Amino acid sequence: MSSEEKYVAAAYLVIFAVVLAYVVIIALKLQRLERELAELAELARDRQQEEREAVSVG
Amino acid sequence: MSTSLRNNRLPALALLAFALVVSSIALVFFYAPVDADGLNQKIFYFHVGIALTAYACFAWGGWKALRVLWKRDDDADLESYVAIHQGVIFGALTLVTGSIWARYRWGHWWEWHEDQLVLFLVLFLFYSAYFMLRFSVPPGPRRANLSAVYALFGVALVPVSILAIRLSERFIHPVAFDRGGPNMAGSQFFTFCVSWAALLTLAALLYHVELAGKRIDVRLRELREALR
Repeated sequence: MSSEEKYVAAAYLVIFAVVLAYVVIIALKLQRLERELAELAELARDRQQEEREAVSVG
Repeated sequence: MSTSLRNNRLPALALLAFALVVSSIALVFFYAPVDADGLNQKIFYFHVGIALTAYACFAWGGWKALRVLWKRDDDADLESYVAIHQGVIFGALTLVTGSIWARYRWGHWWEWHEDQLVLFLVLFLFYSAYFMLRFSVPPGPRRANLSAVYALFGVALVPVSILAIRLSERFIHPVAFDRGGPNMAGSQFFTFCVSWAALLTLAALLYHVELAGKRIDVRLRELREALR
């Protein structure tokens, strides 16, 4: 590979690497959002359970 | 807009971006001729497209910032922020790909006496500082207003950066477009147009994906507050 070809390959690889890094960051963020959503769903279920128990006791 | 159209927009945009990126890479390496500048000129197709896409992102961020101040549009603040974030990513790519090109062509990674390069760096640093300002103020109308004013100031630098090479008396940076039109063969111009369309579509896709993530984040925070 000539040095000119290496520079062209480097430029295109940088672009590819940045887009790939962006996709990885978005994927990590999606995982975090999924985790948070699961926590909130759990919290909502607990709240619903507590309300049901309060009604049955009352 | 119907729900099905809205739901199908992102996958359609992703497919279009993928098709355009693959087509543009094929055109760059198998269709566009190698001119007097040699193979190194192949960097131009993406480097210039990325720079123009960065300008477009900053302009879009400026437009959304104007809507924050003018229409008191709450959604526009997040949209402006995401557009500027995209602009900074594309700006960084412009600087890196340009430096790689310059290293081979000029023998240096950077030329401080080149107005075009220095003004682009100033624009990039200006918008990089936007995040420092934004995250130093608590969320709310004050942060939205300050960010919007700052984003609008930056937009004034975009035409200066584009025109720098035309106003400069001494420069070595190549001029791809002048008053007479594109300084390239028809096949090269066609390849450049497809590459730029690919980059604009990719930027639009990343913008919508990031915006969707940020909106979900905001709604989850609201939901967490409501459940407390």
